[in-house]
Amino acid sequence: MLEIKNLVVQIEDNRILNGLNLTVADGEVAAIMGPNGSGKSTLSYVIAGKEDYEVLDGEILLDGQNVLEMAADERAAAGVFLAFQYPLEIPGVGTMTFLKACLNAQRKARGEDELTTPDFMRRVYAAADTLEINREMLKRALNVGFSGGEKKRMEILQMALLEPKFCVLDETDSGLDIDALRIVSEGVNALRAQGRSFLVITHYQRLLNHIVPDTVHVMSKGQIVKTGGKELALELEASGYAEYRTGEAA
Amino acid sequence: MADVTNLRSPAEAGLSKLFESARKSFATEEAISREEAFRFFEATGLPSRRVEAFKYTDLRAAITEAAPPAEAPAEDAAKAAVAGATSFAKIEAVRLTFVNGHLVAALSDLDRLPEGVTVAPLNAALAQGDARLKRLAPVEQARENPVYQLNTAFLADGALISVAEGARPAMPVHLRFVGAGATAFSTATRVLVELGAGAEFTLLESHEGPDGVAYQPNDALDVRIGEGADFRHARLNAEGRAAVALSTLSVRLDAEARLETVNLVTGAVLSRHQIYLHVAGENANAVVNGAALLGAGQLADSTLLADHAAVGGVGREMFKTVIDGDATGVFQGKIIVRQVAQQTDGKMKSDCLLLTDDGQMMNKPELEIFADDVACGHGATCGAPDDDLLFYLMARGLPRAVAESLLVQAFVGEAVEAVSHEGARAELIGRIEAWLAARG
Repeated sequence: MLEIKNLVVQIEDNRILNGLNLTVADGEVAAIMGPNGSGKSTLSYVIAGKEDYEVLDGEILLDGQNVLEMAADERAAAGVFLAFQYPLEIPGVGTMTFLKACLNAQRKARGEDELTTPDFMRRVYAAADTLEINREMLKRALNVGFSGGEKKRMEILQMALLEPKFCVLDETDSGLDIDALRIVSEGVNALRAQGRSFLVITHYQRLLNHIVPDTVHVMSKGQIVKTGGKELALELEASGYAEYRTGEAA
Repeated sequence: MADVTNLRSPAEAGLSKLFESARKSFATEEAISREEAFRFFEATGLPSRRVEAFKYTDLRAAITEAAPPAEAPAEDAAKAAVAGATSFAKIEAVRLTFVNGHLVAALSDLDRLPEGVTVAPLNAALAQGDARLKRLAPVEQARENPVYQLNTAFLADGALISVAEGARPAMPVHLRFVGAGATAFSTATRVLVELGAGAEFTLLESHEGPDGVAYQPNDALDVRIGEGADFRHARLNAEGRAAVALSTLSVRLDAEARLETVNLVTGAVLSRHQIYLHVAGENANAVVNGAALLGAGQLADSTLLADHAAVGGVGREMFKTVIDGDATGVFQGKIIVRQVAQQTDGKMKSDCLLLTDDGQMMNKPELEIFADDVACGHGATCGAPDDDLLFYLMARGLPRAVAESLLVQAFVGEAVEAVSHEGARAELIGRIEAWLAARG
């Protein structure tokens, strides 16, 4: 599904990723854990196509296609989805308007017909009900005045509607209380399927109790330094990141 | 001190000549003093950048020729001109149609006015010395303004609208200004609106004209909002691309009066919309918004003076400017709070979105506060579309152009959303969408 080869990335002369290699198989849920500043969020932005980063070397292949040559919107249409750590508030853009525009833009890019309004509404409401999102929220401007938990649920709602192939969840557990964590995790688990893979970025093992990963990778200084099964997360929780921090600047 | 004589520009000399020939047609006993206005104007001439209030909008440089006042059009010509007019056209309204600055009765709904509303053509009111003209004298500061003085001197037509005490006409009145012609012409209109106590009234105002003709409209709207009355005003400047469009809105608010005025500018090579507010009665409330969408070569100036002279007034002024190409936006906003106007609550802001590196925005907010118990503030921002927001939208599959359009629409929409009249609001939002679509 996704293959990252020797990825080297910098921003304003700061090298963040140093020859990162990672493979996520079809249907796999891979977790990335690591200390602050190890490059986890950078990796998620580079996969999604944020332009601030300079890719010096390497490839990111989605089903064999190098996504580094595509703009962010083309990657989205190809099936990449990033659930943001801090979803942005967009005053003046209605949530429903936004959802419909995204869905139809992606369908158009894939040569599919636009959804009819009733069909669109049905899909949104079904996903919203599953995620316990109040329909009143859908009438408001995107993310404006939403709580941290509401914003994260809105991210998962978008993921459910857009049906991506490869989902990156960037610290989706941050800012969530126990109930919200359960709702969000159930939302993600419901989307687990053949033909769809996940990269779950987190600091804490807690999230991985809810979204049980197939593999766990430890990231440090812009590289994957250790790979294991779900038990690796428990080890890290017990021992901390001390052994991976050596020589790190921040 | 040495005497300094400004050389008169060809346009100024031309205006003097035009005034001399126009004066023959003026009625002898008019309720307004054109002569005085023109003498005042002549003394200062067209304001240049040396005049503080016109520092960013140099009319002396912009108006190189005095365009002759347009004649009243023949009915057929007027009908042809209006046939292509689209602004607010789908909204059910009582229409007052002005072609080249002249009220065309045949294209107006003078015979189907809603109950409580009367309309008198200004020409007749002027000739008869209608007493209402005195009562509706504009805000003091407007009288000293050269644009307004020119309007007074050359005033050709307009209307006097009265809304009776407590009247709440269900339908808005639409002032439809349409320009037509193949060579340069000028117009000067004035519409006076008087709302009796407790009245509620919606006025729509649209301006459109031919592209490629350097016509010069100068329109004034003088409003008096009676005690507890509610005046809503949506204005669309969709003038032709070569027009130099000057306009003045002056509003006096009595106690508990409410004002809502929103101006959207997409047209004219140069436009200046001047707003004068006089908060004369206690606890009045004014919402004054403006939005401008400007492309290559355009300049739009919004100049506002809010003069609070009574206790407890609330003012909310929001201006949004979107600049593409090498366009220039100008916002000059001044809030005056007189010593008597305690508990005034005034907030004014001007935000600009620059879509290119070639555009510019001039923001000049001012506060002059003489009372000690007030809450007043102003803010001005200027910047490019937020890269993080663009990335968020693109990461959901929206191509860059679509994402940028959505952000621009949201940015400008905030000013336009204040329009209470649903149809007018939808039309203004539609105009924004059309501007973005044309930008490609």
